[in-house]
Amino acid sequence: MQLLANVLIDGLAYGMVLFIIAVGLSVTLGLMRFVNLAHGAFAMIGGYVAALLTREAQWSFWIALPVAIAATAATGALLEAFVLRHLYRRTELEQVLFTIGLSFFLIAGTNALAGPQVQLIVLPPLLAQSVDLGFRTLPAQRLFVIGTGLIVAAVAAWTVTRTRFGVWLRAAVDHPDTAATLGIPIRTVQCASFAAGAALAGLGGVLGAELMPLEPYYALKYLVLVLVVVAVGGMGSLPGSLLAAVTLGIVETASKYLASDWGSLFFFLAMAVLLAWRPNGLLQR
Amino acid sequence: MISQIRRMAVTAATTYLALTAFGVSAQPVKVGIVGPFSGPYSHYGSLFKNGAEAYIASQGGKLAGKEIELIYRDTGGPNPGQTKTLVQELIVKDKVDYLGGFVFTPNALAVAPLIQQSKTPTVIFNAATSAITDKSEFFLRTSYTLWQVTVPIAQWAAKNNIKKVVTAVTDYGPGIDAETAWKSEFTKQGGTTVESIRMPIATTDFAPFVQRIKASGAQAVYTFLPGGPPNLGFVKAYNENGLAKSGIQFLGTAETDEFDLQKFGDAALGLTTAFHYSAAHDSPENRTFIEALKKRDPNAIANYASVGAWDGMYVIHKMIEATGGQKDGQKALTAGRELQWESPRGPVRIDPKTRHIVQNVYLRNVERVGGVLVNKEVQSFGPQTDYGLDK
Repeated sequence: MQLLANVLIDGLAYGMVLFIIAVGLSVTLGLMRFVNLAHGAFAMIGGYVAALLTREAQWSFWIALPVAIAATAATGALLEAFVLRHLYRRTELEQVLFTIGLSFFLIAGTNALAGPQVQLIVLPPLLAQSVDLGFRTLPAQRLFVIGTGLIVAAVAAWTVTRTRFGVWLRAAVDHPDTAATLGIPIRTVQCASFAAGAALAGLGGVLGAELMPLEPYYALKYLVLVLVVVAVGGMGSLPGSLLAAVTLGIVETASKYLASDWGSLFFFLAMAVLLAWRPNGLLQR
Repeated sequence: MISQIRRMAVTAATTYLALTAFGVSAQPVKVGIVGPFSGPYSHYGSLFKNGAEAYIASQGGKLAGKEIELIYRDTGGPNPGQTKTLVQELIVKDKVDYLGGFVFTPNALAVAPLIQQSKTPTVIFNAATSAITDKSEFFLRTSYTLWQVTVPIAQWAAKNNIKKVVTAVTDYGPGIDAETAWKSEFTKQGGTTVESIRMPIATTDFAPFVQRIKASGAQAVYTFLPGGPPNLGFVKAYNENGLAKSGIQFLGTAETDEFDLQKFGDAALGLTTAFHYSAAHDSPENRTFIEALKKRDPNAIANYASVGAWDGMYVIHKMIEATGGQKDGQKALTAGRELQWESPRGPVRIDPKTRHIVQNVYLRNVERVGGVLVNKEVQSFGPQTDYGLDK
């Protein structure tokens, strides 16, 4: 019983970290159909900005967090406006090659500027403490991540399905030419959506840093995990990504409790089974 | 015109011949340093570079009156094939007199046949698997082995009323070495290892393992993790999940290494480790070492890898002295295996049989001194040999 509770709590916490890191990619790859393998690099930018602001400049975490997100969004918007927009109509292979190249560039740049060592984000006392749940203790930071993950999922899903912007976005992705004819400002929509995806990546980089520490190779190290979550959740389905992240998080955690000698085998087995069962995403038949 | 060119060519050739004929004694001694200088492990490369160059600078730029030419070769990560190629090039093309470096065990093992055949004395600055020095008599080692540091801490734990211990190691070569060393010694001392947890190398979330440690009912956890992210993740999880508070003692070796130490913050306070080098070791030799490092690079870090390189260069220095700078692998080796000196880590010597360094291992606690975290040495276990090779 205690074991089951442990698996569920740790699994949920781990799954939420996965979701927070993956949700931005769910927007750019899932909704915009742009194969953005530089997603990890955007998360890294967010994380590094927060780490530098809290550690070097001694800013409060609560100010550094929005600043880091804004900085990542701005970087994303600039890149989109000057470079990436030219790739939308190119083949997927070209998008892959370009974004992976961009990742390498950012890895080398980070290494040269900040060095190879791990960067820590200084947490405020509120998040740095441990919370006693009665039968065990849990870092407060995890509870914050779980809460933020749920809010992000709700807000993002609502924006995409219920607002005018969401309608524009879906129209701009499905039929850019028709959408443009109808007077939808598709360039603004694309740029804003990409910036939003980058902002979410930045958020993930900051909040996920406790489990996925920031270092120059961050950009590629966790990319596979993120891609798995988006693939299993289904392209562009935010609730799907959430469900996939939590399911995979619980599977991975259970295997750590019960069969750690097998490494990440069960994580990838679960991915294979889920993809075979619902190839288009958990919530889509 | 043509004859003029020919005359110039002849003059140039004669000058060149004359220079090479009389310039033999002025030729530098070449030392190939093999390690990761790019990629995720590149910090090892810079630790080696700083340690080796600081040593040469501290000797006035020359070793035994000879110019030294360090030739760096980049292996990236664990990559035996490429390392073998690079070392072959160093030996055949660059004609190096000595080799140094090596972070990863497989890379060191791969070059054993090459150095054996070419009789190139090779000083290992880091790679810590016992068996390496067995593979060629031209290997010398100035780092440590996991057996060397694990056996004393297992004895200490048994003497201090710790009866039940759980081991938690990363599931790869050195981790398994550490687990085997611990179990073998701790059982011999009458203790019980209640559970042996092996954590997959790609683990990022350590909470489940920490819960298992808590549930095992042990009094202490003996752990081994590779430096960097896994290390930080584990120590964080150890604290945040209340293990420290519930009185499960942390026993480690390289975990509180100076390269990561400051990043732990207060989470590191009170961690207990047994290791051969602490930057806080109080001796004139260590102060000289740290000063020389800081002079080269104010951000340089004194830790086991840079002290391994520093002492490695000392061994090479003495071998150059013994051979008068001539290339004579056998003679150099005979001198190298008899060495005994005062290292920044304390008194050390090379064991003539295993060619591994014999050194004091210290029990340390992490404390905050003047705002920075240090590994405070609280007890010396005295000189330790490599127990892994004694078997």
